[in-house]
Amino acid sequence: MRVLLRNPRRELELAGPLTVTKLLGRLDLNRESVLVVRGDTLVPGDTVLDDDDVVEIRPVISGGSA
Amino acid sequence: MKCTVCRGPAVIDLRRHNANFCAEHFLTFCREQVAKAIRRHDMIAPGERVLVAVSGGKDSLALWDLLLELGYDAEGMTIGLGIGDYSDASSAASQAFADSRGLALRHVDLRDEFGYDIPTAAAVTRRVPCSSCGLSKRHLIDAAALDGGFDVVATGHNLDDEAAVLLGNVLHWQTEYLGRQMPVLPERDGFPRKVKPLVRLGERETAAYCVLRGIDYIVDECPMAAGNRHLRYKEALNSIEAVSPGTKHAFYFEFLDKAADRFQPEAAVAQDGLRPCASCGAPTPTEVCAFCRLVDRVSGAEPVPVELLRAGRGRGRNRARSRGARQATS
Ligand code: SF4
Ligand SMILES: [Zn+2]
Ligand SMILES: [Zn+2]
Repeated sequence: MRVLLRNPRRELELAGPLTVTKLLGRLDLNRESVLVVRGDTLVPGDTVLDDDDVVEIRPVISGGSA
Repeated sequence: MKCTVCRGPAVIDLRRHNANFCAEHFLTFCREQVAKAIRRHDMIAPGERVLVAVSGGKDSLALWDLLLELGYDAEGMTIGLGIGDYSDASSAASQAFADSRGLALRHVDLRDEFGYDIPTAAAVTRRVPCSSCGLSKRHLIDAAALDGGFDVVATGHNLDDEAAVLLGNVLHWQTEYLGRQMPVLPERDGFPRKVKPLVRLGERETAAYCVLRGIDYIVDECPMAAGNRHLRYKEALNSIEAVSPGTKHAFYFEFLDKAADRFQPEAAVAQDGLRPCASCGAPTPTEVCAFCRLVDRVSGAEPVPVELLRAGRGRGRNRARSRGARQATS
């Protein structure tokens, strides 16, 4: 599967099948801090991603304080 | 994973609420949370005109959309901060949202109207950019609200923002800020009412709301925010939240219920003795208000490009005094 990451932008290729929760664990990402987007919708933690999936892992933490 | 409401396939799990939702029921959940915040804290009365501070990010666009969905008369306003590509993308996303719904969007540009931008102000004042940025945004949105006859200013601060600011204020016992860290600041002479209708939604939820509503917000962060204290507090809280869902909500709302009142006297003392700014008329404890002093100091200074400012970070200039990161998010 193709995984798009931001800040900095990069792409990873990982072998499926893999659940979203496992994918985040493998990348050492906190599930509170990201959304996993596939097409125009979201995929929850128990979704199994296959080799031909393309997902974006989108950070949701904004840093502005004012 | 199934939607808690309809048993259809869920798109998001909210462990804090022990619930999963399909797209439709998640959007309903968001609207209900915002309606509840508005009602509980008497934020907006029926028929009042709301000015929404819009940045093009997920929170402010979700807020504007949610207020319209709930039937409020809400207009948007952006401020041109002059922070390189980020500001261009920010204006474009805000304008695209407004155009897609046929809404009017007010805009004030710092460089065009006041002769400075945020990177230059940060370099000249030798403070973190968020300091002059927050000051400029607060001042200009207040002024626009009063000029335009709006009853209330709404900002996109979410639960994560408020919990992180609270953590910072507690760690440093900023009692005056603690007394003002409310979801509503009532109107007073010269200040419009300020409300934060998203306080019951976390930022994962406001981002999810935008994705599911097809709102194209700017995902990339303001380059000035990288590594600041506020972000570190959010990360710390999210580490706790991951093992103990509901912590952020309890931290902030229990503070409002059980402790916020105790800090009111400090906040009141700090707000005593306000008078009109000699230059612009805004209420201020000094003869000339902080915004007019900032403009006086930085207007017309040699523009500093955002890249130059970032290169200078970490060498001491921006590290020490992050007052902006600690202030009440008002
Ligand atoms: S991160 Fe700081 S400088 Fe950037 S927009 Fe937010 S307050 Fe302004
Ligand atoms: Zn449902
Ligand atoms: Zn003034």
